[in-house]
Amino acid sequence: MRFYRLLLRLYPASFRREYQHELEASFAQRTQGASPVSRIATAVTDVVPNALAAHAEILRRDLGYALRAMRRAPGFAVTVALVVALGVGANAAAFSLADFVFLRPLPFKDPGRLVQLWETSQDFGQNQLSPANYRDWKTMSKSFAGVGAYWRRAQNLVGSAEPRRLETAAVEADLFDVLGVPPLVGRRILASDTSAGATPVVVISYALWQGAFGADPGVVGKAVQLDGIPHVVVGVMPPTFSYPSRDFEAWTPLALRGTSFEDRTDTFLDVIGRLGAGVTLDQARRDLNATATRLRAEYPKELEDVSAGVVPLHEQVSGRARALVWGLCGAALCILLLACANVASLFLARATSRVRELAVRTALGAGREQLMRQIATESIALSVLGGAAGVALAWWTVPLLTQLVPQSLPVASAPTVDARVLAFALVLMVVTGLVFGVGPAIGAGRTSALDALRSGVRTGGGRTRRVRSMLVVVEISASVVLLILSGLLIRSVWNIQSLNPGFVADNVMTLRTALPRPRYDVVAVRARYYESVLDGIRALPGVQSAGFVTGLPMAMRGGIWGARIPGVTLKRGEGAASARFVTPGYFSAMGIALMRGRDIASTDLQSNGYVVVVSESFAKRLWPNEDALGKRFIFADSLRTIVGIVGDVRFRGLEQPSEPQVYMAYKQVPDSNYISYYPKDLAVRSSVPGVTLLPAIRRIIRAADPDQPISHVRSLTQILDGETASRVTQLRLLEVLAAIGLLIAGIGIHGLLAFTVSRRAQEMGVRRALGAQSGGIAGLVVGEGMRLAAVGVTIGVLFAYLAARGMSALLLGVSPNDPATIIAAAALCFAVAVVGCLRPALSAARVDPMNALRSD
Amino acid sequence: MTTDAPAVDDLLPLPAATFHILLALMDGERHGYAIIEDVEARTDGELRMSAGTLYRSIARMVEQGLIAEVFKRRSREDDERRRYYRVTSFGTATARAEVRRLSQLVRLARECGLRPENA
Repeated sequence: MRFYRLLLRLYPASFRREYQHELEASFAQRTQGASPVSRIATAVTDVVPNALAAHAEILRRDLGYALRAMRRAPGFAVTVALVVALGVGANAAAFSLADFVFLRPLPFKDPGRLVQLWETSQDFGQNQLSPANYRDWKTMSKSFAGVGAYWRRAQNLVGSAEPRRLETAAVEADLFDVLGVPPLVGRRILASDTSAGATPVVVISYALWQGAFGADPGVVGKAVQLDGIPHVVVGVMPPTFSYPSRDFEAWTPLALRGTSFEDRTDTFLDVIGRLGAGVTLDQARRDLNATATRLRAEYPKELEDVSAGVVPLHEQVSGRARALVWGLCGAALCILLLACANVASLFLARATSRVRELAVRTALGAGREQLMRQIATESIALSVLGGAAGVALAWWTVPLLTQLVPQSLPVASAPTVDARVLAFALVLMVVTGLVFGVGPAIGAGRTSALDALRSGVRTGGGRTRRVRSMLVVVEISASVVLLILSGLLIRSVWNIQSLNPGFVADNVMTLRTALPRPRYDVVAVRARYYESVLDGIRALPGVQSAGFVTGLPMAMRGGIWGARIPGVTLKRGEGAASARFVTPGYFSAMGIALMRGRDIASTDLQSNGYVVVVSESFAKRLWPNEDALGKRFIFADSLRTIVGIVGDVRFRGLEQPSEPQVYMAYKQVPDSNYISYYPKDLAVRSSVPGVTLLPAIRRIIRAADPDQPISHVRSLTQILDGETASRVTQLRLLEVLAAIGLLIAGIGIHGLLAFTVSRRAQEMGVRRALGAQSGGIAGLVVGEGMRLAAVGVTIGVLFAYLAARGMSALLLGVSPNDPATIIAAAALCFAVAVVGCLRPALSAARVDPMNALRSD
Repeated sequence: MTTDAPAVDDLLPLPAATFHILLALMDGERHGYAIIEDVEARTDGELRMSAGTLYRSIARMVEQGLIAEVFKRRSREDDERRRYYRVTSFGTATARAEVRRLSQLVRLARECGLRPENA
């Protein structure tokens, strides 16, 4: 019997309360004389299905009730569902992005133990490693289960469908071990591949296999050419593998030997390690820094102030990229706060207006539990409706967020709405709909039925109105935060876009023809190619100028070498400059101002004295009070004379400081030297749209070298816009969220004041009867709205300041307490508050004293 | 808009348990276990309702207004916990309507020449 009583708990409480004794009595009579086993069996087969059916019946009834209630107040239902949809949608989308960037484990074996190693110094921050330092760190430190290195480069692939330019990484055999990802097909790079005389091999990405090789099952063993050198394909990596980032499509062996280890300042290796069992990040840091200190003592000159940095792989995302994602999450949270406040406010208002209805139903015998359950069913139904719409919204928005995924992330895919996001959305639905919907309803339901019936409806409003006022303040604060942050970011983007990049981006078409080795290792062969292409292009109608460069600004951000002046000791870093080789016509094609002297000329040959064109800041830094023209310095191992001075270019991007620039003559370099600095990017300035020239340009290049792939075709404006693309994406989203926030806040103010006016109609009627002017009454209402707005704005400004300081990585040329932005945001909020006040104020002014006094 | 009280036709066809409970209460008011026994006897032991099924049906039938609880003690020796139910006039009307529906069905079947195997 005790067992049966326990089972009875499965029934809905109301049913149990009503029939427990009866059920027990009937059960006892029915099972009289039965064995305990059969009694238990009877109990289970009786209670379980019936309890389920009883719950289903109640749910069906409550849902029917909820539907009828929604039909009776469709405005309420639609508003709640809409607000929940916005809250859930914005947050599900933000979560899918944040989950993708911050939370999800990287697609490697035990990714939490992977770290990136850096040489660090005060002047340069994080730097890659020199082979010698890499070798010594690897052998001397004891904290790592494995350490592997790679070298990023780009190569031309011939032998697949068509010639292509690939991002590739030359990797040490250990690297794949450290990452712990086996190949999908074939084998990975082995130590034997890096020994002298080994056959060159290549491991390709899944995407390359599917694309260029048409998923050929016999791809392993196939011969391809990379930069003109035959390689054998030995393996294909799985689709999830994209290391160091999603652009990389092939991996070749990295052979470090002999001369590679000579120069400790030649830093070009990216190094990752796997922490040994039981080793913490701190221990690894201490260990590696001890190693760095020992090496510094050994090589004081080369390694002056160089120490070691150890960064978990999943934290290798720039502060700016982080701030972009966090900013969006913060904004989404603001929307969630607004949504919750609004839902709570709506349900409160509804509960208040239903106090009498509920009281009557209680008096007629409906249990409190039953009423609560019905209200809960209604709010769950509404939040599920809204939540489903929100998920659809997220589904539609998330692809737009891909722009915000940091490019450096070693993941192949883009964020999507998956099971994790759905689970998160479900939690949000429960929070917004259930907690903030049922909570107020229960609070209101606590008012005793008799009290409610005895008093007029009017008195129910006092406490509710206070709570709703607080909610409106929350709504206004949240929307002020959104407005101010959007404002600050808008001003930052304006500031960035108004920066002078140092070149004129309009009407310039660019493309890349990366010249393969070893064919183009001879300077004369290269020069023939450049000249034939440039002569052909310059002859096209509409073309104003054209030229080649090692790498376009903002497309190539590195390549920093040190300049030396014979007989002068420079401070470390003082001679640092970006090194580029250029052909004649590059400066005019880019619109880079030639301030003094002359351009590089095709007559600047190997045999003549080496010449350079330098940027203004380079000249000013090294010869502060002198004319730099004609001065000489050593750069790229040769003494070079300055023949021209040009304007500075922000080659590192609009938001980063850039080093001064040194441009060398394309012919003045020994054969086979500085192979990765061969000019490869072409810029063409024209008076006609660049796109119309493309067919002709392709024809000219094909005529100069039929095997030469063309890649990276884009206008200079596209490159420049790429600098602000992620910001603009984030900003658009923030603007939308801010607008939504403002709308919700406006609705909130309006709803509250309308509610107040209807509750206080009697009081206002009395005032009118006693001679108050309608203007004064309307003023009362507007005054209340303004008071709430003032409190909300004050709190909002405070939080916005804190949030803006957290996002300082994104603010450029504008401080977190920028008065103009704050004033504009506050004004906008007050304006919305005024609009929200208007209708309630008008209706208050129109209260007819006689009617108001007569009612109730 | 319809009221919460259902019309007779809305309830048809009646679930078997509901119909049997109505039949059991036609003779007069009964308590729960008596209903179970009555139904069992009436159907020669074929339908043996469990307590859960009975009270779930009773709860619904009370709500639908087919039956009502009788608030009076039957006799001294009667178990205090026992609750008695009677058929309401709406319940009788509904039962009649169900009988009419069933006999119409049977008539239709007969007209088609369909008869029970053992008849």
